[in-house]
Amino acid sequence: MAASPLEDFRAELRDWLEQNCPSEMRDGLMTEEGICWGGKDWVFTSDAQRVWLKRCAAKGYTVPTWPVEYGGAGLSRDQEKIFHEEMVRIDARSPLQSFGIWMLGPALLHFGTHEQKLQYLPPVARGEVRWCQGYSEPGAGSDLANVQTHGADMGDHWLVNGQKIWTSYADKADWIFALVRTDRDAPKHKGISFLLLDMHGGGVETRPIKMISGVSPFCETFFTDAKVPKEQIVGEVNRGWDVAKYLLTHEREMISGGGAGLSGGGRALGAVIKDTMEEIDVCLRADAMRCEVDSLAIGLTLERYKDQAEAGQGAGDASAMLKYMGTELNKQRHELMMSAGGSDALEWDGPVGNRAGDWLRTKANSIEGGTSEVMLSIVSRRVLGLPG
Amino acid sequence: MAKLVMSEEEVMLADMARGFLDGAMPVSKLRAMRDAGETFDAATWEEMADMGWAGVLVPEEAGGSDMGFAAANVIAHEMGKTLAVSPFISSAVIAATALRQVSDARALGALAKIASGELTYALAVDEGIKFDPDNAQMEAKADGNAFRLNGKKQFVVDGANANRLLVLAHTSDGLTLFDIPSDRAGVNREVSNMIDARDAARITFEDVEATGEDVLGAVDSAMSVLRPAINAGQAALAAEMTGLSAGAFDMTVGYLKERKQFGVEIGRFQALQHRAAHLWCEIEVTTSAILNAGRKLDENESDAETAVSLAKARATQTAILAVQEGVQMHGGIGMTDAYDMGFYMKRARVSAEWLGDYSYHAEKIAAERGF
Repeated sequence: MAASPLEDFRAELRDWLEQNCPSEMRDGLMTEEGICWGGKDWVFTSDAQRVWLKRCAAKGYTVPTWPVEYGGAGLSRDQEKIFHEEMVRIDARSPLQSFGIWMLGPALLHFGTHEQKLQYLPPVARGEVRWCQGYSEPGAGSDLANVQTHGADMGDHWLVNGQKIWTSYADKADWIFALVRTDRDAPKHKGISFLLLDMHGGGVETRPIKMISGVSPFCETFFTDAKVPKEQIVGEVNRGWDVAKYLLTHEREMISGGGAGLSGGGRALGAVIKDTMEEIDVCLRADAMRCEVDSLAIGLTLERYKDQAEAGQGAGDASAMLKYMGTELNKQRHELMMSAGGSDALEWDGPVGNRAGDWLRTKANSIEGGTSEVMLSIVSRRVLGLPG
Repeated sequence: MAKLVMSEEEVMLADMARGFLDGAMPVSKLRAMRDAGETFDAATWEEMADMGWAGVLVPEEAGGSDMGFAAANVIAHEMGKTLAVSPFISSAVIAATALRQVSDARALGALAKIASGELTYALAVDEGIKFDPDNAQMEAKADGNAFRLNGKKQFVVDGANANRLLVLAHTSDGLTLFDIPSDRAGVNREVSNMIDARDAARITFEDVEATGEDVLGAVDSAMSVLRPAINAGQAALAAEMTGLSAGAFDMTVGYLKERKQFGVEIGRFQALQHRAAHLWCEIEVTTSAILNAGRKLDENESDAETAVSLAKARATQTAILAVQEGVQMHGGIGMTDAYDMGFYMKRARVSAEWLGDYSYHAEKIAAERGF
């Protein structure tokens, strides 16, 4: 019997991975030190990391589902599943992660012009330009649309002034996509534009914020008379909220993906429990079992929503469910990992590495990208149709 | 690759089932049957057989509709919504799957009678308070060419009305599954007065004679026949429980939209909105596990154990939450017998226990995950 095209694809891919994935990149490391973020100032942690990125980028494998002309490999959903399975099978590290891939890409692919896609996407796919997201402001958290950062219309450009907060890795980014108020007289959701700013182009300053985990992944970002040419807008003027809403859906799925353990976190708990079986209490093991059951089911739900999307049924407001369930689970999982680590887990960079830092980091999961409470309100109003 | 989305045929089957069950088996029917002391409605079962439900897993050559496990789950899910009374899981799913593992003329004959609704089956496995088929103790002693069955079974679901019983017992070198008529000499059935008003029995076996003809599959190797049957039954039960959760949830959200306190609909209160939204999220996640179990069973019914355990574990947790939240959000009226929520609560508790509780299935998953 002839092999199906999908099986052929798997065989070729397996072969390619065998020949091209450096052995140092086969440790499944998904913690901060294993991630390649790319960007102008990126310093590769090893030659293997550099080579792995270069080879994947050449095949479009840093963004496997993007069209080939924009730097991707044009994989179908079934092929993507196989790609993921084969990467996991050899414990391959992700060659590149970035907000350019997760957020700018989906926004441009959906709302951008062909020229914008050609200009911005390939450098993201190659890991040459690093993006960050400028959404939240000191007065716009859960009330995200309350954006005050202002873009004054100067004819051929906007002059942007204001402040963003919780801009992840802004101090390391080359470009920022930001929500900017371009019409102060319009209702709150109708006067926002989605602008692209060159952070090296003058008028942009960043200041890292030290977090409870001891590190500073988040920044405050200040705009002082930053010039943004008119062509650096995604979608229409004053219609940036549409883009933002669309992207929030992606962000929620991404964050919940971490929660489902698809990024390796799920396997980590099982491994930790297994290693400490002799020392831990039966109650802890039972809690871990419960967490595993929920991880698997949430992972399947992510799969189901992707299958639905492919069948033309978008997740829409139900992505709020994924975000809520995934992040709450991830917090639980890291509590269990801390318990399983006992006193070893209480030292910064102690015998179990940065487990405490990772644990503290997860506490933001149910806040960033919309709090759990906002997610529940979205579900209750827009899915269940409850009044209010 | 099998998709975790309902196919067009499955959506049509669900719509059809819902239409039928809303008319023929609404919750009011269960209430009426309980009040009359009945646990089996032969006329409705015959209609279900006519629609191909009794033969959902019976091969076409034996007169079945052979729609597969995912389809069986779709039917069970709809039955759960209205707490429909029928021996569907015991006969059409568990017994049919067991009989399918044996491809002799006798098994095919039995399958044909399941499909036509003429025969109903019950699975007699539990001996203690928990589901534990691998450690069944009941004895079937060799006696010449025959066996003598002695012992007790409990929580034999659908056992009081079933024409035939699948009985798990110990033989000289392992477990053997017997397929015997429920009126055979020495079989004594005592009806259990169940909280969910459904059929279950305690059965004692006193020197019950069984011949080689009565053995399903091979002597000493019950599990090759029984394991797939149990998997299929657990998956269908999980689907039924998720339908139950959805039924209780719909009632609850409906109530939140109409009940007024402090001059407004109580659904305006964020405390209740968030409880309802959380419950919806749990049901959504469990629905994925149910779909997955159906797909995995259809791929290979002998290799779906983890997927099935995940479905049953999640379905159990979700159903218990759905009925508790249902009563809580209804307030006092939810506690009254006149209101239907109590029926959902009692059925959820019985289903939670049947074919392995949450811990049983979570343990299986933990074992598979290596801890």
